[in-house]
Amino acid sequence: MKDYLKLAWRNIWRNKRRTLITIASVFFAMFLSLIMRSMQVGSYGHMADGIVEAFTGFMQVHKDGFWDDRTLDNTFAYQTDMVRDIESADNVKAVIPRLESFALASTGELTKGILVVGIDPVKELDLTHPDRKIKEGRYFDQYSDGVLVSGRLAEFLNLKLNDTLTLLSTGYHGASAAGIYPVTGIVEMPNPQLDRRLVFMPLPIAQDFYGAENMLTSLVINVHDSDDLKNTKKVIEYLLENGIYEIMDWKEMNPELVQQIQSDQAGGYIMLGVLYMIVGFGVLGTLIMMTTERRREFGVMVALGMQKKKLGLILMIEMLMMGLVGAASGIIGSLPVIGYLVRNPIRFTGEYAEIFESYGFEPIMPARFEGFYFAGQTAIVMIIFMLAIIPPIYSVLRLKEIKALRS
Amino acid sequence: MKVIEIENLEKIYNESEIKVHAIRGIDLSFEQGEFAAIVGPSGSGKTTLLNLLGGLDNPSTGKITIGGVDISSLKSSELINFRLSNIGFVFQAYNLIPVLTAKENVEFVMHLQGKPKTERDARTKELLESVGLGDRLNSRPSKLSGGQQQRVAVARALASKPKFVLADEPTANLDTEATENLLDIMERLNREENITFIFATHDARVMKKARRVITIEDGRVLSDITK
Repeated sequence: MKDYLKLAWRNIWRNKRRTLITIASVFFAMFLSLIMRSMQVGSYGHMADGIVEAFTGFMQVHKDGFWDDRTLDNTFAYQTDMVRDIESADNVKAVIPRLESFALASTGELTKGILVVGIDPVKELDLTHPDRKIKEGRYFDQYSDGVLVSGRLAEFLNLKLNDTLTLLSTGYHGASAAGIYPVTGIVEMPNPQLDRRLVFMPLPIAQDFYGAENMLTSLVINVHDSDDLKNTKKVIEYLLENGIYEIMDWKEMNPELVQQIQSDQAGGYIMLGVLYMIVGFGVLGTLIMMTTERRREFGVMVALGMQKKKLGLILMIEMLMMGLVGAASGIIGSLPVIGYLVRNPIRFTGEYAEIFESYGFEPIMPARFEGFYFAGQTAIVMIIFMLAIIPPIYSVLRLKEIKALRS
Repeated sequence: MKVIEIENLEKIYNESEIKVHAIRGIDLSFEQGEFAAIVGPSGSGKTTLLNLLGGLDNPSTGKITIGGVDISSLKSSELINFRLSNIGFVFQAYNLIPVLTAKENVEFVMHLQGKPKTERDARTKELLESVGLGDRLNSRPSKLSGGQQQRVAVARALASKPKFVLADEPTANLDTEATENLLDIMERLNREENITFIFATHDARVMKKARRVITIEDGRVLSDITK
């Protein structure tokens, strides 16, 4: 084996041009597929994050029927032992209480229908991090009696810090709800739809506004491992009383988003498939060129007494060495590019940006670093490479000395 | 003692449904230590005959026996092993392995034979010195002249201590001086080591040196003259 490795190494090292061409074909296969996949995974993640981490959370507990009829009459009482029970489930990271409803917001002559979300200022930090989204002003403290207004809404209503916002709505059990609140901060929501209509207020203030003391519309659940939602949901269902609550994961709450991701993913797979075909034929072409160029050399080796199986083995070792170097350099080469795209997402403008925003997403296409697709893409490119090795090896095993010598 | 016996050898190529009789019923034999030239015009069948003798091609009919072994009955892998132990080749286009140095090219066959490093080193050095290339051990083929490459090819052909060497137009690409030099080397090795050399050639200088000249034309032996 040592001799084979030595001979393979000599062939690689002493014909640098040929080696570089072969390595380059694998390098580009790896480089392009990793960048493409990082953009795809990044944009699905961006879509999901825009909704899930920025607002809905991975799972929510509501009073049964709330999702289909989102009124304050479908609220439930905040019970600390229930929250404790849910928090005891393995994958649960945080349980965040909310009271959400609609209201009319007005200032001066301007009025707009908005979404009021009463949040626990401390617990909310575990999921949506509104404190990090503050553009102006400050986040809630324990004495806050003001509201945080989303950026585009503030712009629409011409609101500035410390201005007063008037809210009108229907409260719990049909009571009328009205209140005047100082704007203590302006938040920038990544989801443009939310950014146009969101007002955060501390949970007790929201409960007071709607006359729904100690009532909640939802318990938002954040998890450690988002891939294990199914089991977590089952555990929570088991912990809660049957028939009183509904437990929904983010996919059930956002079917349009899931559909959007699925259709985008299907298109992404087709694009990847086309890329694999191109790089696969590129690699195959390079390897066939390499073996065709050396056909006479192989003929000489067999004529002198080298068994074709040994020759095939040496050729395979050579190709594998080059394939591994090409794959490794493709991974290394893609890292700074993906890193750059993670920090500096491609930002769309014009009509394309409007399409993104109409779906509720920030018009950017970020890349994402994730081990699973690095491993997956490496495996796929290496499988393509191994498949591309087969025809040249087969041609060596079927080599006719006399024809090879004449070539 | 007869090393090679050829009986009723025929080779027919079927190219584009047109049958080409390259060899038509040749009977020949070669003794150990011969220095023979197969001569004839282009297309006469001399290279085909040499390829059949070397087991690089299969006869359509007939039999080639080398050292008592009917090589036409051997399987491909057996034939490769047979060549490794019994036959040395010198090709018209030298056919050295381009990524290997002169030393490594000569050593290559011994590697395949599984010879230990000390033996390989000693024989490689001895052979390359005997062909006048003791100072070019580490030169790659691209750094050697045509004559030097052909001398490396001769050293390589002898490295496995074969029973005979087949040389196809070994001087075709060489100038007069390099040809004389190469023929002297081969003649000396033939004399000193009793190795059989069979050439396919139409070079008059080779014919002049050869002790036996077999002329073939249209795949048939026209004359077989031992000087």
